[in-house]
Parts: sequence; C-alpha cells; structure tokens
Amino acid sequence: MNPILRARQVNIYYGDKRAVRDIDLDIAPNTVNALIGPSGCGKTTFLRALNRMHDLTPGARVEGTITLDGEDIYGDVDPVSIRRRIGMVFQKPNPFPTMTVLDNVVAGLKLAGIRDRGTLLEVAERSLRQAALWDEVKDRLNTPATGLSGGQQQRLCIARALSVEPEILLMDEPTSALDPQSTARIEDLMSDLKKDVTIIIVTHNMHQAARVSDTTSFFLIGDLVEHGPTDQIFTNPRDERTESYVTGRFG
Amino acid sequence: MTTTLRHADRIATSRGARRIRNVVASVLIGLGTLVVLVPLFLIFWYLLSRGLGAIDLDFFTRSPAPPGEAGGGLLNAIVGTFMLLIIASLIGVTIGIGGGIFLAEFPRHRLVPLVRLVSDVLSGIPAIVLGLVAYGLIVVTTRQFSAWAGGVALGLLMIPIVVRTTEEVLKLVPTSVREAGLSLGLPQWRVTLSIVLPAATSGIVTGVMLAVARVAGEAAPLLFTALGNNLLNLDPSKPVSALPLSIYVFATSAYPEQQRLAIAGALVLILIIFVASLVARVATRRR
Amino acid sequence: MRETTPSVRPRHAAGASSRGDGLFRGVILALALAIVVVFVLALYQLVAGSLPSIERYGFAFLFRTTWNNVTSEFGALPFIIGTLVTSFAALLIAVPLAIASAVFVTEYAPRWLAEPVGYLVELLAAIPSVIYGLWALFVLKPLVVQLGTWIFYQPWIVQNPSLKWLVPSNLAGLGLLTAILILAIMVIPYTASVARDVIRLVPQDQREAMYALGATKWEVIRSAILPFARAGIFGGVILSLGRALGETLAVTMVIGNDPKIVSGLFNPTATMSSIIASEFNEAVNNLQRSSLIEIGLLLFVISVIVNYVARLVIARITVGGTS
Repeated sequence: MNPILRARQVNIYYGDKRAVRDIDLDIAPNTVNALIGPSGCGKTTFLRALNRMHDLTPGARVEGTITLDGEDIYGDVDPVSIRRRIGMVFQKPNPFPTMTVLDNVVAGLKLAGIRDRGTLLEVAERSLRQAALWDEVKDRLNTPATGLSGGQQQRLCIARALSVEPEILLMDEPTSALDPQSTARIEDLMSDLKKDVTIIIVTHNMHQAARVSDTTSFFLIGDLVEHGPTDQIFTNPRDERTESYVTGRFG
Repeated sequence: MTTTLRHADRIATSRGARRIRNVVASVLIGLGTLVVLVPLFLIFWYLLSRGLGAIDLDFFTRSPAPPGEAGGGLLNAIVGTFMLLIIASLIGVTIGIGGGIFLAEFPRHRLVPLVRLVSDVLSGIPAIVLGLVAYGLIVVTTRQFSAWAGGVALGLLMIPIVVRTTEEVLKLVPTSVREAGLSLGLPQWRVTLSIVLPAATSGIVTGVMLAVARVAGEAAPLLFTALGNNLLNLDPSKPVSALPLSIYVFATSAYPEQQRLAIAGALVLILIIFVASLVARVATRRR
Repeated sequence: MRETTPSVRPRHAAGASSRGDGLFRGVILALALAIVVVFVLALYQLVAGSLPSIERYGFAFLFRTTWNNVTSEFGALPFIIGTLVTSFAALLIAVPLAIASAVFVTEYAPRWLAEPVGYLVELLAAIPSVIYGLWALFVLKPLVVQLGTWIFYQPWIVQNPSLKWLVPSNLAGLGLLTAILILAIMVIPYTASVARDVIRLVPQDQREAMYALGATKWEVIRSAILPFARAGIFGGVILSLGRALGETLAVTMVIGNDPKIVSGLFNPTATMSSIIASEFNEAVNNLQRSSLIEIGLLLFVISVIVNYVARLVIARITVGGTS
C-alpha cells in the first residue's frame, strides 16, 4: 500500500542545536503508529513537524521533505490547510474553557464557516460517538467543557480533532495526564478509529505502544534507530539499543 | 459520507475569504498599535521643538517675569516641587514602607485584609479628591494655603504606591532567609530590620522613586493646597508653586511668553520623570 | 564566635527580645493602621465639607441641572453626565486600540520589537496629566477646530435636522470632542498593560489546539486567546474607567468648563473633576464650595466602587486561572 505520509531526510533545529537527525519514515494509511524512546529523544519534536506546529516556535526550523499524499507539506502550501488535514491531540486535555461541550467539538467547523445548526449537531454527534463520549455528554452538550472529568476532556479533544475529518491524527502522549481507566478507554478507541484515520502517537509507555500500534519507531537522542512492525520491534528487534530499551534496561 | 463532501466543499470555498480576513486583521492590529504610539511621539516632538529653545540659564535661576514681560524662569516652581516632594515623601515613604512591611511580614495578622483593601482602594481615588481632603485637613485648619498642605496631598497619593512595591519586594526575599535568621536565635524585629529589609533595599528604593516620579507630575491636588506662588518661597507654611502647577497656569494664560515657559517647563518635567523611572527600571533589572 | 557567644546570650534572653518584638510590631501596626485612619479621615473630611450642600439639597443635588453662582443655585447633574459621557466615549475609542496593541506585543511582534513597544505604551502612563492637557490645548484643539469647520461647511449635515446636534454653537475647539480624544489617549495604557499580562497567561496549548484545527492566526486570536483572556481584559477596562472618571487637568484644560448639560460634540461642558479644578478657588460662597466638595465625595465613592470591582475581577483571573 502507498504510504499516506512520507518523511525523507528530516532534520529539525532549535536555533543552532539539531534536535532531530536525518529521519526517513513511511506511514501507511489506516494504521496506528507509535513513536517511542526516552524523554528528550526527539519524538515529540518530530511529531510536531508533521503538522507544521514548529512554525509557531521562534527559532525552530525544519529541513528535508515531508509529503502528505505526495504533496510536500513544507512546499508552497498554506500551513492552515495542512493542519486541517492533520489533526492533533495534546499531552494535557486542553478544551477551550469559555466554550460549551458542543462548541468545543464543532470549533473547527465553525472556523470553516459552517453555521448550519443541523450539520453542526450531526457532526458533533458523529465525532463524539467516534470518541466514545456521546453517551456521557449527550445530555450536557450546552454545559461548560471544563465541567467534564480529565479523561472526558481528553476524549472531547479527540472528538474536536476528528470533527474536521482529518486524514491523520497526531497524538502527543495523550494519556500521560490521565488515570489508568481513562487511559484504557482511549487505547480501546484507537483501534476503532483507524478505519477512518491514520494515527501517529508519541508515548513513553512501551506497554501502550505494544498494545495499540501496528508499527513502532524507536527514537534515541534525535536519531530514528529502528522502525518496523510492532510485534517485531518488541519481540525481535534488530538493533541492540532497541532491545535494551524495550526490555527495560534503560529509559 | 455525504456530510464529508459538503464540509470539504465549504471549507475549500471559505479558505480565500479566511485568508483575506487574516491579513486584514493583522494589518488593523499593526495600525492600531501605531495609532496608540503616535501621540507619544507627537507630544515629544512638540515639546522638544517648542521647548528646547526656551530652556536657558534663566529658566533654572529666575522666577517668572510679570505677565507680558519677556524673560524669567521657573526657579520658584523647581524649588517648590522639591519642597513638596520632600514633605510628601516624609508621609508617603514612612507610612507606605510601614504598611508594606506589615502586609509582607505579618501575613497572618487579622487586619491584613483590611489594610490591603484600603490601600488598594486609596490608589484609585482621583488625585483632585485627595487635594480636597488636604484642603479640609490643613488649609481650613491653619487658614493658610501652604507647601505643607500640598505635600500632604501628594503624600496621600504616594502611600498606596509605596505600600504595594514594598510588599512585593519583601515577598521576593525567600522564606529560607527569614528562617535562617530566626534559627540563629534573632528576634523577629531583628530579622526584619537587619536581614530582610537590607536584602530588599534596592527594590524599595526603586518603588519610592517610581512613587516620587508619579506624584511629581500631579498638579490637580495642588490647586487648592499649595496654591502656587510666582515668587521664590522657602517657607513651607506659605504657598509655593510646583512645575506641573506652573505649567497648568501658564499654558492656560493668554501671554505667549508664559505659554513658552509652560512648554519649557513641561519638557523639563517630562525629562525628570522619564529619567527617574528609567533609573528605577534599570536598578531593578540589575538586581 | 568563641568570644562573642557569652556576651551575646544575655541580650537574647526571652524578655528582652520579645520586648523588642512588641515595640517593632507596635510601630509597624501603627503605620499600617495610619493608612486606614487616612482613609476614614478623608471620607470624614469630604462628608463634613459637603454638609451645607447636603442639608440644602439632599438627594436632589444629584438630579438638579442648574449650576449658577450668581443666583447660588447648585446641582451636580451636568457634571455627572459630562463625566459619564467623556469616560465611556473615551473607552469606546481606547479599548479596541489598547487590545490591538496588547495583541501586537504578545502575538505578532518579534522579541526585539515587543519589548520597546511595550515600554513605549507604558511611557504613555507616565506622562503627567497636565502635559497631555498642554498638548491637547496647543495641538489637538486647533485640529478639532479644523474638523468642526469642515463639518460646518457640509450642507448635507447643516441642513439635516437629525444631524443638527453635530453643528457647533461656537468653534473654539474647547469642548466635549477634544476632551474625549485626549482622555482616550490617556487611558489606553491601563487597559493595554492588563490585557498584555492576561494574554501572556493564556496557555500555549490553547493556541496550539486552535491551530491544530486549521485556524488562521486571526482565528486563533479571536476564538482561543481573546475568549480565554476576556475576564482579565474586562478588569483592565474597568481600571481604565476608574482613571477616566477621575482624570482632571487634561480635561479641565480643554473641555471649556461650561456648567451646562452637554449639548453637542463640539460644545463646551464640564466634568465632575473639571468643575472642582476650575471653580473651587473662585467659589463665591460657602454653599458653592460645599457643593464642589460634595461632587468630590461622589467621585470618591464612585472610584472606590469601580476600583474595588476591577481588583476583584483581576485578582480572580491571576489566582483562579481560567474563566
């Protein structure tokens, strides 16, 4: 199958410091892909390059090519349209505190100029169902989003990202701020979601990577050490650094 | 998925309009900032172009000439301003630092909320109202407009500013420093006076200078307290002038000679205030 | 150390140190209470000074429209209206500009530009009122006269009865419009600096969440940043309102100080503070002086309320975080 996302010779700099070195990576559509490695290894830095979030960081610079369906996302395109096609869920739940549950879910659609209440409700329900949150919030759509629990807020953020129907969903340690139960719910969700969207998830929890992902990429100090099917990475890694990490000898 | 197609279409069609709106908003925000800053430059330009030529030795060494006559300076106002600021500081700095120490060093005292509330509220009272208060307290009692009355009005204005900066600066001194002092067996008053206050001195001095710079430009509370005086006066129980007061009186006068003096006075006053706040700012940064 | 220890110990006996502590505590407490005493004394002075006017007019003072020192008839309504109209009109101009400058400094300007621009905006707050007044009198007033003259010569305005209020009764330039403009310039830095501080408090992930939905920069500002910061910005607006209500000399110098209810954009009127500044020293009798002090008392009460509300709003933001 043709990769939906392809990175070639990607280098990312903060000022003069190179944080990520010569990354080559292909991501197949409708898969869950985990980026693992010890903190500071560059996995989050790489993830944020995929929807041009580094444009917002003064001094950050991305070199190399990243293509989405063959189109260079750092080429002559509007970063705004790239971010609409590549959504993101963040480390901590970050619902918009001044908006209701419903307004949060449809915030992206409203930006796009969709005002029709029927469409908005329809999309909100579909997105909330996808995020396995509908049953919990259907009676409180017009209450403030900050009234939800942490786990619910994170699923709300997932629904918010899904509402604009992105092709790829980036998740930056989405469960690191959550309790085990909420974590389990979000992990269950991912395998359901991949029929609609390709997922790239950064996690420093190896067990999570093993449970949810189809492929795993191991990063170490800015290098992509090894990339392959998750089974192979965890049972039969080719690189001894990968082996010592997945067997818990460091990190 | 019919909805998908509908979004995609609309999102595509709205993108051009959104990009235009984004550019327009950026331009308006930049222009708005420019509009905010333009008066600052215009005021400076006006004072420099009209006032610089009027500042000469006479300006600092003589009092105003009688109306209609050329020459004269603002010596009376400069001396008066210093006299008023000294009297104001006696009141404002003493009470202000005391109040600041109270808020920072006795945080669990049951009067802290009241003192903080009153101090905050005091800082919002218009200067002219404090002038009325000083009029009632001093001018009516002594039956005499005086530097004392003007100084009291400015001192009332200083109190909340000094309270706030003193409290903020003292709170920056780490608790561990206080505990170190107390663990040496020093009583609290010793710790506060010999350890905490010296550690905060430069910050407190900065706060006092900012407060002085702030009240140095006030004319409204002096109108019916210090009253103004076209002659040089060194007696604090008599009316005195002050730079902002002379600027007000001469700017609204009909004589071009006096208007010229007002503009020159405004330039000197603004320079004094900016230098004072710049020094204060640099002093805090260096700490 | 070895030698000083024995000589220090006696002085640190419990009695001596606690006596020192008691004295210190007493002095500090006295100074702190002096602030409260000053406040009470100020209120007492204003009430005592207002008594003749309060006895003469009662509550009606607030609604009386006549202010005539020949017939000795006094009422505060023209000045209350003047203060409200100038303050709110000034805010209407100042608030959008202040927010624009705060957004520019926090979201658009690179660091080398943000710091000087922020500093210049704060310098605006350091310029004394009397200097604003002087500039308004010598520079702004002639411009307003030109504007008025231009309007005066537009037949579609002058001959239109519904726009008649625009037509100035005299064109000296001393009046409502000049006062509003200078007041707007003066209160900008108060909203601007509070807005800048609260926009800086907006968490980065709020911006990123909106960007990740495909928002443009303006949409991030409008839909994520400003809503998050709105309560704090509101606090800054109220702070500016407090400044505008009490602002004296700059307004006094350009508003004309005509003790009549405002009748047009180009016509002279007066505010509460400007009438005190312009008439207190020339008060013809005790009743006029007392009426002016009562206006001061009103200003005192209004500013206490406005500033208390502003601080409440701002304190809730900086302590409570969101919403």
